[in-house]
Amino acid sequence: MLAKRIIPCLDVKDGQVVKGVQFRNHEVVGEIIALAERYRDEGADELVFYDITASSDGRSVDRSWISRIAAVLDIPFCVAGGIRSLDEARQVLANGADKISINSPALENPDLIDRLAAEFGNQCVVAGIDSRREGDDWYVYQYTGDETRTKATRRRTLDWAQEVVTRGAGEIVLNCMNQDGMRQGYDVEQLRAVRERVSVPLIASGGAGALEHFAAAFREARVDGALAASVFHKQVLTVGEVKSYLRDQGIAVRL
Amino acid sequence: MIVLVDSGVANLASVVAALRRLGAEPVVSAEAEVLKKADRVILPGVGAAAAAMAQIRDKNLIEPLRGLTQPVLGICLGMQLLFEGSDESGGTDGLGILPGRVELLPASSDTPVPHMGWNQLDIVAPAHPLLRDVAHGAYVYYVHSYAAPVSPVTVASTRYGAPFTAVAAQRNFMGCQFHPERSGDVGSRILRNFLEL
Repeated sequence: MLAKRIIPCLDVKDGQVVKGVQFRNHEVVGEIIALAERYRDEGADELVFYDITASSDGRSVDRSWISRIAAVLDIPFCVAGGIRSLDEARQVLANGADKISINSPALENPDLIDRLAAEFGNQCVVAGIDSRREGDDWYVYQYTGDETRTKATRRRTLDWAQEVVTRGAGEIVLNCMNQDGMRQGYDVEQLRAVRERVSVPLIASGGAGALEHFAAAFREARVDGALAASVFHKQVLTVGEVKSYLRDQGIAVRL
Repeated sequence: MIVLVDSGVANLASVVAALRRLGAEPVVSAEAEVLKKADRVILPGVGAAAAAMAQIRDKNLIEPLRGLTQPVLGICLGMQLLFEGSDESGGTDGLGILPGRVELLPASSDTPVPHMGWNQLDIVAPAHPLLRDVAHGAYVYYVHSYAAPVSPVTVASTRYGAPFTAVAAQRNFMGCQFHPERSGDVGSRILRNFLEL
């Protein structure tokens, strides 16, 4: 049976792992390789590394750490951050990343998704979507790595989710911004709405703080994976604790 | 000497890193003479079957690969290429080393394609040395849309909607549809078993 995935997310800024609250006030939480190894040893199914300043600074991801990660990790990992061209994506993949995730550049130039999927296959193209509730709908945000440059797009999240899949994204990571870093639970309602629209794997992101939050995302929103950062970085929970709990709840996990 | 076949479209970095973690120092080559002299050959692969076969053909590696007598391990697309052909991109010939044809996985709302993530091994032939100390039900990491049906060369299968060949073996040729280099301790065990064959 295909296992539900637990995915620690490491936000990388200036070569260190940082974490903010609702995408603001970042503090340093550790060194990249040490944290990557810790999560691997705890049983993480996959890791995501976001260079959170890359897109808002208009530069591409600093790649010196990707091959170092590839050398130590025996689980898949995804790299995100300002990948704007086929050449940049090729370099990231050649350095050992299994997937690339694109977010702001896809909003600038949606055709990039088509070209990346055609060149590398949709299995390694992940669309990251930063989404916030406004009234009774959800809208996509751009350049969320830098609070001074974050901007609302006029795109509805449900429309954009459908579009990225049509263009060839093989997976969606939905960052529910209202919940980010709050540890109050995933936005199950929003995740469920996106789940009903798209058939590709959907990864919940933003809000994990307790064991029940993971179970709710899997059970009520039928997501394929749950991404979390601060709850793991601050050692509120370990990946192993989450997976043992999920197994006891009857949810298929790799232990 | 372990040689990784450079088919031009594979993600070699992660396989190289996995072998180095096991203390091996793989050589990456597309030279028939180097392949022939290797103790072991690994054929990795990511991407489309037709593109990979075109590269292998351009590099004049079809006959040299078919003629290898040392242990050979195909990984993911590299495994698919060992079969007679694949239905991918309208149909393409494979190396024809293993019998059978690679088919598109049947998609459904419960089983979207590509099949992506950690899934379990059902071991059909526990005696095969490639799977020594690998438990029935062990999880391995998959990223693929095509697979070989279960057949007499299947030594382990995985169920995704229907079962498909997870590990194939015939004589010195073996293949893993999953990525052992990304499958944690289970994957390391399988690579170590391959190095110790």
